Amino acid sequence: MNVALKREELPKGEQGFLARFEGLRGRLPGDRAVRDAAAAAFREAGLPTLRDEAWKYTNLRQVAETSFSEPLTEFADCAPLLARLPALDGSRLVFMDGRFRPDLSTVPAHARVATFAEQPDFGALARPDRHPLVALNTMLAEDGVIVEVPAGVDAGLLQLISLAADAHGRPVAFHPRHAIRLAPDARLVLLEMSVGEGGYLHNPVTEIEVGEGATLLHVRLQDEGRVCRTEIHARLTGPHGIVHLNGAQLLGGRQHSDFTTVVAHDAPHCASRQTVKNVLAGRSRGVFQGRIEVARVAQKTDGYQMNQALLLSPEAEVDSKPELEIFADDVKCSHGATVGELDPEQLFYLRTRGIPEPEARSILVRAFLAEALDLIDNEPVRDVLDRLVESWWEKQAA
Amino acid sequence: MLEIRGLTATVDGKEILRGIDLTVPTGEVHAIMGPNGSGKSTLSYVLAGREGYEVTGGSATFDGRDLLSLEPEERAALGLFLAFQYPVELPGVGNANFLRTALNATRRARGESELDAVQFLKLARAETKRLSMPDDMLKRNVNVGFSGGEKKRNEVLQMALLRPRLAILDETDSGLDIDALKIVADGVNAQRGPDFSALVITHYQRLLEHIVPDRVHVLANGRIIRSGGPELAHELEAKGYAGMVAEAA
Ligand SMILES: Nc1ncnc2c1ncn2[C@@H]1O[C@H](COP(=O)(O)OP(=O)(O)OP(=O)(O)O)[C@@H](O)[C@H]1O
Ligand SMILES: [Mg+2]
Repeated sequence: MNVALKREELPKGEQGFLARFEGLRGRLPGDRAVRDAAAAAFREAGLPTLRDEAWKYTNLRQVAETSFSEPLTEFADCAPLLARLPALDGSRLVFMDGRFRPDLSTVPAHARVATFAEQPDFGALARPDRHPLVALNTMLAEDGVIVEVPAGVDAGLLQLISLAADAHGRPVAFHPRHAIRLAPDARLVLLEMSVGEGGYLHNPVTEIEVGEGATLLHVRLQDEGRVCRTEIHARLTGPHGIVHLNGAQLLGGRQHSDFTTVVAHDAPHCASRQTVKNVLAGRSRGVFQGRIEVARVAQKTDGYQMNQALLLSPEAEVDSKPELEIFADDVKCSHGATVGELDPEQLFYLRTRGIPEPEARSILVRAFLAEALDLIDNEPVRDVLDRLVESWWEKQAA
Repeated sequence: MLEIRGLTATVDGKEILRGIDLTVPTGEVHAIMGPNGSGKSTLSYVLAGREGYEVTGGSATFDGRDLLSLEPEERAALGLFLAFQYPVELPGVGNANFLRTALNATRRARGESELDAVQFLKLARAETKRLSMPDDMLKRNVNVGFSGGEKKRNEVLQMALLRPRLAILDETDSGLDIDALKIVADGVNAQRGPDFSALVITHYQRLLEHIVPDRVHVLANGRIIRSGGPELAHELEAKGYAGMVAEAA
């Protein structure tokens, strides 16, 4: 161990992550200079504390006081987690605790797929100096997926499935690094589903590039474990590109989930759309930070962002932080946020039709989330939501 | 049989029902008429179990069971159905799914087997056809973007599918065109029989020409001030409520 870490001054979690980095340093894939810079940034910033507004209600101390075990590669049983998702036709890339599982995956026929472990690629958009958890990811990323859709190709629906569980009670942390790239006039529907159970930290960073005339429809559904932070950077690199980054998150107990997106419009006539829905029960905390950056050349940009939360408990909280940074003068950008509860009149209406209260609530939760999925015109995808809400609901009731 | 005795209820601390006495024997259809704000919808909500409508006295039983202590879904399971004066919109909830969930919940409660999607659609299509509703109303979200008349027809569709033993129709005729009124009335009449009763709330004698009631009650100021046969509706049409309220005072 490097003495320069001043280990006695560092809380356990930070020390643990840095020690893990020191231990893996020679074996981690990719550019060592990038890793070292990220480690320096992480050492400097430390983990977010309760003093950080966005993490005020999450007991990140739990993370800070934890020494995370290695993610186990031998997971006896992914089946119960996979069972929460209906089997959809088409290709899927499955990760378990941050590691690619070729045995559970079906690689798409019309896109190039590589893993981060084989072809490390940090991209250029995520900034370790801006957020300590991005620094942590850049420092420790071991695996992830790189998907490239060639010019003019419609790659159809691709599922990106992340399963996670702690290591038989011992917490694990994993930091996958993904890249999705669409060449000009390419098209991809990416359905990302993250489900997990237990005390783990899931800290994925995804970089997206959408070329001229290309369209990416991305929907992220999650019912995760204790702490999750997702950062997505998307860049529209050529005119007439379209990117949708939707999200539906189910939170309960003492979960914390932070969904951060940055969409960079670097070309004219592009559209970006985001509908992010959070359902929060228990004492959970949801954060959505969405930033739209419009470059000077990106005239006729059409940017839209909507963040809606449904609070099922008075102790749950949600934070929405939209940010617009616009350097072009002829653009249309809007954002909005709403927070509400279940409508008692709608509940009553359902119950007068003989539908028991828990089922009536579940129907309204699904209805609330459905909009995030509307853009995927695929009936079986609707089942995903039904199944996710159903299993989430059982957990809340337990 | 529905039996209401001395029922009083408040909304937001305000007394709206001031002692309702009303009996609807099994197999009968009764009409309730009364001025705006007299408490007709309040009575229907109290019977259906809406939160915020506080019963302060009296009783309401259905086949001897105390209705007022039951949850709304339990009342539905006993066979109570309320067609809302203002049907509620459910964005994001498909009408077919909603109807099937309601029907299967009801069937479960009655100890009957649930219907799968195919069986259900067959049944639902037959009923929509009978009610002259376009098929696409099953595909749309519940009541979202429905015209006033379409919403009312959707209420009657629910009633037809759920086959309640006691239906409360709160101004189901309001907003219906002449043909729709006839269709809806036929829908109600089709349910009539020895095991079906209804409480039909309306402002218009016209509906009662199609659904001929066994009894007509006049509700004013939170009380039933007159009851009579179908001819009472004609008397009202001639006199107006003001005359009748004055007489009752
Ligand atoms: N939530 C509420 N808060 C206060 N007053 C209420 C509330 N709901 C109903 N009321 C009052 O109760 C009274 C009875 O209302 P109700 O809706 O039962 O009348 P109604 O007989 O159905 O009238 P209409 O013929 O116009 O439908 C009205 O004066 C109404 O303003
Ligand atoms: Mg009314």
